[in-house]
Amino acid sequence: MNFLSLFVLIPLLMLLGLWLAKGVKAVRGVMVAGSTLLLVLAVYLTFDYLAQRAAGNNAEMLYQAAFTWFEPLNISYRVGVDGISVAMLLLSAVIVFTGTFVSWKLSPNLKDYFLWFTLLSMGVFGFFISIDMFMMFMFYEIALIPMYLLIGVWGTGRKEYSAMKLTLMLMGGSAFLMLGIFGIFYGAGGNTMNILDIANHTGGAHPIDFAGQCIWFPLTFVGFGVLGALFPFHTWSPDGHASAPTAVSMLHAGVLMKLGGYGCFRIAIYLLPEAANELSWIFLILTGISVVYGAMSACVQTDLKYINAYSSVSHCGLVLFGILMLTTTSTTGAVLQMLSHGLMTALFFALIGMIYGRTHTRDVRQMAGLMQIMPFLSVCFVIAGLANLGLPGLSGFVAEMSIFVGSFQNTDTFHRVLTIMATCSIVVAAVYILRMVGRMLYGVCTDEHHLKLTDATWEERFAVICLIISIAGIGLFPSWISQLISDSVAPVIDTVKQVGPLVSTCNPFM
Amino acid sequence: MDYSQFLNMSQELSLLAVILILFVADLFMCAEDTTLTAHHSQSAGRPACRNKSVLRTPLPVILLTLHTVLGIAPLVCSSCCPTDITAFGGMYVSSAMAIVVKTILSVGTIIIFLTAHEWLKQPEMANKQGEYYTLTLFTLLGMYFMVSAGHFLMFFIGLELASVPMTALIAYSKRSQESAEAAAKYILTALFSSGLMLYGLSLLYGTTGTLYFAGIASQIDATNLVQLAALVLFIGGIGFKISLVPFHLWTADAYQGAPTAVTSYLSVISKGAAAFVLFVVLAKVFSPMIEQANLLFFWVIIISITLANIFAVRQKNIKRFMAFSAISQAGYLVLGVMGATPQGLTAIVYYLLVYMAANLGVFLIISITEQRSRNDRLVSQSGGECSGKGLLISDYNGFYRTNPKLSFLMTLALFSLAGIPPFAGFFSKFFMFMAAFKAGFVVLVFIALVNTVISLYYYLLIVKAMYINPSDEPIAPFKSDCYTRAGLALCTAGVLLVGIISWFYTYIDQFSFGL
Repeated sequence: MNFLSLFVLIPLLMLLGLWLAKGVKAVRGVMVAGSTLLLVLAVYLTFDYLAQRAAGNNAEMLYQAAFTWFEPLNISYRVGVDGISVAMLLLSAVIVFTGTFVSWKLSPNLKDYFLWFTLLSMGVFGFFISIDMFMMFMFYEIALIPMYLLIGVWGTGRKEYSAMKLTLMLMGGSAFLMLGIFGIFYGAGGNTMNILDIANHTGGAHPIDFAGQCIWFPLTFVGFGVLGALFPFHTWSPDGHASAPTAVSMLHAGVLMKLGGYGCFRIAIYLLPEAANELSWIFLILTGISVVYGAMSACVQTDLKYINAYSSVSHCGLVLFGILMLTTTSTTGAVLQMLSHGLMTALFFALIGMIYGRTHTRDVRQMAGLMQIMPFLSVCFVIAGLANLGLPGLSGFVAEMSIFVGSFQNTDTFHRVLTIMATCSIVVAAVYILRMVGRMLYGVCTDEHHLKLTDATWEERFAVICLIISIAGIGLFPSWISQLISDSVAPVIDTVKQVGPLVSTCNPFM
Repeated sequence: MDYSQFLNMSQELSLLAVILILFVADLFMCAEDTTLTAHHSQSAGRPACRNKSVLRTPLPVILLTLHTVLGIAPLVCSSCCPTDITAFGGMYVSSAMAIVVKTILSVGTIIIFLTAHEWLKQPEMANKQGEYYTLTLFTLLGMYFMVSAGHFLMFFIGLELASVPMTALIAYSKRSQESAEAAAKYILTALFSSGLMLYGLSLLYGTTGTLYFAGIASQIDATNLVQLAALVLFIGGIGFKISLVPFHLWTADAYQGAPTAVTSYLSVISKGAAAFVLFVVLAKVFSPMIEQANLLFFWVIIISITLANIFAVRQKNIKRFMAFSAISQAGYLVLGVMGATPQGLTAIVYYLLVYMAANLGVFLIISITEQRSRNDRLVSQSGGECSGKGLLISDYNGFYRTNPKLSFLMTLALFSLAGIPPFAGFFSKFFMFMAAFKAGFVVLVFIALVNTVISLYYYLLIVKAMYINPSDEPIAPFKSDCYTRAGLALCTAGVLLVGIISWFYTYIDQFSFGL
């Protein structure tokens, strides 16, 4: 046992505390204490990790700990982190922390809401610290299912439909995933579920044969890709986000969708490198469609949450796009994009929730001149919008820049054409963001009800400011975090590149 | 004859002792006890009767617990893996795995007795309590013999001992037409399937000249069509007990009509024993025909899971719904039979344990809500057994508002049935699929996995009814009695802990190589 397990243990204790807590104050107390602890832990982990790396510890995963869990099946409880997981843990901690404050006044049944919310965060944290496939899959599913109740009970609009659609689509994805995991496990000899062992052919694992890889790669990639809003499987995302309560949208778009990208990278690409080289072009086309189609769809939406949800599809598509380009720069960019999109979209959803809580409408056409009525929220909204369209100085710019530069490092026409097409999405993003900001915040307010509205309360301000600081932090000082990530990305990409150059024999476009 | 052989059957003997004690104790129990119904209680206090009636649920539960502990104790205490014990020239074989299975079955029966308490408290049940326990335990005894059979005669006697008292149990609600109808359907199909199986056994006897498992195995020839027919007929007969499609036609009606305590018994205990026996017979007797059996089960499993899932989506009555859910769960349970590997056997027994905890949890809650809402209806409908068709899923609308704790526990149990982590159902499904995948049935695992998504959909429909759907007349808030609580605590502990604590799986696994 080392302190990484605390990331699972603290949410467990929080669940216990919530179960015992009586009254709203106790519930909030438990949540604030727990999520603060998690945040402190994540920050400490980041610094300690950097210190260890600086001291020359160049193991692939740090803080490894393991004990055998199901011995007859070679399943262990095994934790460890590299730069990517550290970044993701930090992101999750920030979002859970701010999410707690955003759902401060939710009703009814705040206690039950936080129970499921904490279960969800436990799944997320557990997913990022685990390096055993079974554990990873288990935490993945733990993170999915609370969503049904969170949306179904506390959501708005067509919540039952959205909740069911979301749950079934994601569970369908995890059905593919489970088969892929079995395939990888038995393909590598059935001796270990440890990701590092399978990737490095140690610990009784032998290389998976190419034919097998070509079957398991699409299964695992689609399995995780559903959660990462891969093109034909993204339809759960707009409905789900639109119906979810604010903090759940934040957690979902901010963290949960990153599980998809992280899983694609960690399992599909890392463990099946030959198939990744061979088949990545199919998924590149799909993610390319996600990127452009998501942005275009956001342009024609009028509901704030739908705009942001489609923009999430576009941005998460970019994550998968960067990963599939298989260069160190682009993959680093993709991880940065996960981080940046997580923070930015969480900020967006938080603000949308706060504005909706006041105006009781999310329709862009029914709002105007909010800048004069609630200046604090409006300014933050503008910042979130600018981060979304990739303004230099905010996190989005660094991430997208790295992805596109990295993608262009592939010298063949196919990859370059796709990159150019994907770059167009930035322009489209500017269209929908600026149009939304212009309509909502400026102009003259025509609705007299809106004139009486108040600005943000203290806990709302606190949550929003935390997020803005993180976004600006990444945007202004990107080097330390991108260093953190690229150090861990490089060995993985090197493993993939060792297999051969990024040339597919079955790609008709090459 | 060496009478010490009987001692090898210690579990059966102690169960028989429990039955006899209950049988005798029943004589001394007060017959007319009206003090127990909640609504007419206060006035007619008869202290003497009350004292005796206190023994009603506790006595069987305590005796059965004792029996369970005594049964498993030698296995837990001895450090090494015990060898198979045979008695009566190999008619009776007790392997360590059989002891584990019997223990699981008797723990399940304990929970069912706890479930039944509320139901047996009704005035019209006052005369029939003792019989309920004896009949149930006789079927359990039959299953014990089935599980430990080493000879087809023993196996068949066990099978019949398990089915015939079951009919009486299904018909237990004397004034309910559905109950009688269900029993009629059950006994007719049971007899038919017994006939099929007997015919299969006679074919086996005809071609091999013996009914001992060990003797037959050496003479089985995969190209022999008569023996192949015997295999098919055997699977038909046992498929009835496990309620696999196409032998499932009795299930929905019997589950709906039978009293809930009996339904839960049908859905877990009798199914589990049959699945284990199926594995044992396939591995021991039909091992040269494993290819053919696999082909057969490949289709049976696909059809069972898919058809049951599609039907379950459309059900409105909750017990009927659980019937179809049980059919599809049976399909998953039999997945472990594919290839007849040791890993598959572990997966079956483990799945059974987990399924028992979750399914009995759901039935406990169905039973208690049924009783309590029946009491409400009794007040308005002026007595008699409720004529309604049982609880509908829509009756659970708004259940969360009135009974948040029960609906939370129900949600946990349903999630476990659907295979959602961190509940035990996830682990059992994962290991089951893993075993089937390892045995090489990738397509089958894929179809089963797709079906888990469908099953999740209909389990979520109940969760949705409880949590989301609004209702004008939700089931009123009620407090459950201590027996139901004890049962719920056991089931919830099972759902939460059996998966995460790997000891259960590892422990079961060490016995699977014996076969």
